[in-house]
Formats: sequence, structure tokens, C-alpha cells
Amino acid sequence: MLNIQNLHVAIGEKEILKGLTLDVPAGEVHAIMGPNGAGKSTLSYTLAGRGGYEVTAGTATLNGEDLFDLSADQRAAKGVFLSFQYPLEIPGVPAITFLRTALNAQRKARGEAEMGAPEFLKKVRAAATNLKMDFDMLKRGLNVGFSGGEKKRMEILQMAMLEPHLLILDETDSGLDIDALRIVAEGVNAMRAPNRSMLVITHYQRLLDYIKPDRVHVLAGGRIIASGGPDLAHQLEREGYDRLVAEAA
Amino acid sequence: MAAVKETVRTVEALDVDKYAHGFVTSIEQEFAPKGLDADTVRFISAKKNEPQWMLDWRLEAFERWLAMDEPDWAKLSYPRINYQDLYYYAAPKQEGDGPKSLDEVDPDLLATYAKLGIPLREQEVLAGVVGAPRIAVDAVFDSVSVATTFKAELSKVGVIFMPISEALREHPELVRKYLGTVVPVSDNYFACLNSAVFSDGSFVYIPPGVRCPMELSTYFRINAQNTGQFERTLIIADKGSYCSYLEGCTAPMRDENQLHAAVVELVALEDAEIKYSTVQNWYPGDKDGKGGIYNFVTKRADCREARAKVSWTQVETGSAITWKYPSCILRGDDSSGEFYSIAITNGRQQADTGTKMIHLGKNTRSRIISKGISAGRSSNTYRGLVSSHRNAIGARNFTQCDSLLIGKECGAHTVPYVEARNAHSVFEHEATTTRLSDDQLFYCQSRGLSAEEAVALLVNGFVREVLQELPMEFAVEAQKLVAVSLEGSVG
Repeated sequence: MLNIQNLHVAIGEKEILKGLTLDVPAGEVHAIMGPNGAGKSTLSYTLAGRGGYEVTAGTATLNGEDLFDLSADQRAAKGVFLSFQYPLEIPGVPAITFLRTALNAQRKARGEAEMGAPEFLKKVRAAATNLKMDFDMLKRGLNVGFSGGEKKRMEILQMAMLEPHLLILDETDSGLDIDALRIVAEGVNAMRAPNRSMLVITHYQRLLDYIKPDRVHVLAGGRIIASGGPDLAHQLEREGYDRLVAEAA
Repeated sequence: MAAVKETVRTVEALDVDKYAHGFVTSIEQEFAPKGLDADTVRFISAKKNEPQWMLDWRLEAFERWLAMDEPDWAKLSYPRINYQDLYYYAAPKQEGDGPKSLDEVDPDLLATYAKLGIPLREQEVLAGVVGAPRIAVDAVFDSVSVATTFKAELSKVGVIFMPISEALREHPELVRKYLGTVVPVSDNYFACLNSAVFSDGSFVYIPPGVRCPMELSTYFRINAQNTGQFERTLIIADKGSYCSYLEGCTAPMRDENQLHAAVVELVALEDAEIKYSTVQNWYPGDKDGKGGIYNFVTKRADCREARAKVSWTQVETGSAITWKYPSCILRGDDSSGEFYSIAITNGRQQADTGTKMIHLGKNTRSRIISKGISAGRSSNTYRGLVSSHRNAIGARNFTQCDSLLIGKECGAHTVPYVEARNAHSVFEHEATTTRLSDDQLFYCQSRGLSAEEAVALLVNGFVREVLQELPMEFAVEAQKLVAVSLEGSVG
């Protein structure tokens, strides 16, 4: 599914990712943990295609296709989805309009027919109910005046509607209370599928109690310095990153 | 930053030359001799078979205009206009008194309006041809009105809707009673010039208690070269009546600038309501600022009696220069005025636009929502005045001015004037200036929208409040126009 080889990424003059290699097979959930400034957000933005992140070496392929040849919107159409740590507010554009525009833009890019209003509404209502979201909220400007938890739920709702192949969750647990965290995690877990992979980026082990990873990787200094099973997350929670980072150095 | 850079590049690369209405209609036309003197004024008046009082009115305006100076207070820069180098009258050539029905109208003219998507054939409109909105249209081509639809149906309910030149002959008492009572002859330089040489425009009278059964609209087309268009519109809503009116405008692409100096006067009597919408899409000039319309327009409404209500909605996307301040004089007690504006400038366009809300009566209310969007190397200024006079106890105003900048070479300016002459007025003013953020753009793109679609979506969100004020048939058009004027290809 996702294969990253020796990835080097710089912002301006500063190199952030320094030879990151990662393989996420189809159907698996991988967690990326690491201290502040390790390059976690850089990794997610680079994969999603944000401008300003310069790939100086290395490759990233999704199902064999080079991601770096594609613009952000083309990657989205190929199935890349980034759930933002801080979702943006779009005043004057109702969430439902935004969702439908995005969905149909992706379908158009893939050469598929647009989804008609009745089918779309049915789908979006079902998805909102699963996430315990008030449907009226979708008629308001996207994320405008939403609480932190509501914004995260909106991200998961978008994910459910767009049905991506690669889900990148960037600090999805930040700003969530325990109830919201459970709802969001349930939403994510509902999307687990044999043809879908997830990268869960987080500081804390807490989220991984709800979204169980197949593998855990530690990102520090721009590289993966350790990989292991779910136990690695518990070890990090107990011992912190310092020892691993010191060992890697 | 790259996303913004990309947007800026898209906007820069924007082909202003893609202006969709830039074609020229090749048609034999009749002109007044070039230049302006008292004889030009007499020529125009004679062409229209006007009564003597009208000619005298024009000549007086001309005399006053000679003594006036062109205003230079607006944040606009353009070379001096040579008023002697223009034609003041251009009309498609015709035999005798002109066409009695559409069948007698020059087919080239009909083709022009068909190309612009303006419905002139009532039967087609009535037959519901491809979503044609059911609206009455007065089509003004350079200096004359070429067709007015639904006149008969409107007259059944007593609504008068006709070219002002015709109204001068058929309803001289009404025209004489109201003309120049909202915008006096020598109100300002351009209005004064218009008073001397105005050629055509629409006249609307809604009798007491009548709710006009359909949208009224005038479509202005400048075609001839080196020709100024000076239209004059006068709308009177008598006691308790209502009408909704829409004005649209386009012009061919030409290398030289063309002058458009219009005057619009609205009179709303007791309990009457007028909703006036404009979609202005004059040729903006090319990307280097060559050509384009100079749009110097005076629009003013007089809420003359109690509880009168006037609402201006404008979508300004065209013109090289826009100088326009649709205003409301809130004379009647409890009268109200509204101004909703979207002004988009791109390329080298310059706009200095806004409104004046003059509160004279008690408990008068006004509301101003202005959305300015600047891109390319354009300049976009909101200039507005809210004033309440000594007797305007309980006057209330709410103003919101938002500016959106796209790119780094454009400018947005807000110049609000507030004058309260009594201690019982409440004025609120909110203003924001934002740059189209690359974070928002990336967010949209990461969900599958192309850069162009993302800009269109964000900008349409920014102007949504105002678009909602437009009559439904035009809101969709305006939404497309907003995207097109910023992108060239998004639509």
C-alpha cells in the first residue's frame, strides 16, 4: 500500500526528514509516535502534498504510484486523506456544500459520475448519525464556531464520505475529551478494511487504546529510530523517548 | 506559501482577455458629430423629439457642467478624459419611427442579445424556453432602447415600464415631476454631464398598492467605438407598491477607454419598497490595463415618505475604473435603506465604491454589507458615509466592510465617514481585511478541489451574505461571474 523510501524533506534551508523509510501494507494500522519537533507533521503534510515542503531525496508510493508526481488534489482523488490537527474554518461555505463539492471533485478526477443529491444526502445523514453529529451543524459554515471536538468529528465525517485508501490522522486526539475521543475512535475503527491503510500520528499512547495499531514506529530526528508491536507504545508511555533517542544517536 | 503562490500565478495568468462578452456587433450606426457643445445637446434632444422644457433643462445642465471641475478625491488614477474626443450619441440606423415590434428590429441586434443570453422574445420567455427567467427587459444599445418586453402585460396592472425617451413623450407629467429631484442637475460633475446629454435608460412607475408582478430589468450594451453611454433611469414606487429591478451591463473589448456616466434615481413613497440589483460586467480592460470602461455612476434613492424601503444590491466585476456610491436618503420617518455590495477587482482594475446613508427622518434604519475582493494589481476602495441629522432621532446603522486580498500586489482600502448630529443615533461599524490563506487553500485541495475550485469556493463563501440578496435567477449567474472574474476558467 504505502511505501516510503529514504525520504528527505526540507522546509526552506532546514532539513526536517532525514532518510525516513516506512512500509504500511494494505489493511494495517501503523502508529507514528515521537517527541515534539521530530518531523511528524512534516511527514503528514509531505504525504498530503502541501506546498513549501521540498522533497530533496527519496520516494513515496501508494499502490505503486509515485505520490510526489501528483498535486494535493490529485493525491486526494487517488485516496490520500489527511485528518488535520487543526481543521480550517471556511466561512460562508456550509459543511454539506463543502463535502459534496469535494466528493464530486474527486469522482470527476477519477472519471466517475457525480453523486446525485438524494444519494449524497442519505449517505451523509447516516455518517453524521454514526458520529452523533447534529445534522443542522452541517448547514453552518464549515468548522466556523465549532468546538475542538466538533471539528475532529467533522474530519472523520469527511473521511467517511470520501472513503480514502490511505488515512493519515495527525494528532487526532488533541483537544478531545474522553467521550469525544471514543466517538472519533469508533468512527475511525469503522473504516478499517482490507484495502485501506492508516497512519496514526500521535504524541500519546492514549489514542492507541482506542485505535489499536498493528505496528508502532518511533520518529525522532527525522528518521524512524525504532519499530515494534503495540507494546512499544506502552514502553514509550512508561519510559519516555529519551532513552530511545539517546540509543539511536 | 506555495499554494498561495500558485493561486497568485493563476490569477496573474488570468486571461482578462477571456472576457466573454467582448464581441463587437457590426451594424450601421448613426452618430452625433464628435465632441460636446450646446448643439450636441440640441441634436440629442431633437433625436428624441423631446418637449421644449426638457431641452431647456439639458441646456441649463450643460451650462453648469462647463463651470464644474472633474472630481479628484477618489482613490483612482487615470489619464484626463478628453470630452471633445467622444461621441455622445450612437444609435443603430433605422427607417422612420423605428421598429413597432421585434420583427422589425435589425436581426443583427437580436443576434447580439441572443448571444448575451438576454431574453427579448416574450413568447419564448412565456413558453419557458431553456429556463428563461420570467422578467421584463428593456434593452439599451449604445444610446437607444431597442426593445422592451412585457409592456402590455405590465400595463394591465398599471405598471409603466418603457424607455425614458418614450416616457418623456407619453408621460411627460410624471417624468417632469420626478426627474432630477433625487439627483439634482448639478449634483456632481458626472451627473451634470449626464443631465445634459443622457440618451436613454428606463422609466418605471408602479401605481399605489401594486406589487409589480415580475422582475423588471434593463440590459445596457455599449457597442460603438469612442462613444460614451449616458443612460438615465428613473423609478417611482408610489404608496404601498413594490418592485424588484435588475440592471446588467456588458461592452466589447476595445483598446481605448470608453466613458459610461449614468444616473439612476429612485423615489419610494409611503410604505413603498424598491429592490434594485446590479450585475456590472463592463469590459475591464486587458491584463496590462489597456482599454476598459470608465464607469462614473450616480445612483441615489429617496425614501421620501414614511416607512419607505430601498435596497441596493450590486455585484461589480467589470470596468477599468468604477466610481459609484448608490445611496439612500432616508427622509420619511421609519424608512430604511440597505446596501449589499460585492466588488471584485483584478488585473489593473480600480474601484472606488460604497454608499451613503443619509438619515433625516425619525427611527430610520440602514444596513451596509460590503465585500471587496482584490486580486492581481488592482485597487479596491470602500468609501461610505453614514450620517444622521438633527431630527433623525433613533437612527440606526449597521455597517460591515470585509476585504479579501488575493496575492501581494493588490490593495484594499476602507474609508468610512460617520457623522451623527444628534445624541440618539446608534451606528455600528465592523471591518475586516483578510488575505486568502494558503492554509485554507491547502485544506480544500487536500479534499480533492483543484486550486481554481478552491479559490472559487472560498470566495463564494466570502460573498455569500450578499449573493443571497440577489433575485434567485441572478444569484446563480452572479456566483459564476464571481468565479470567472477571478479565474478566467473556473465556472
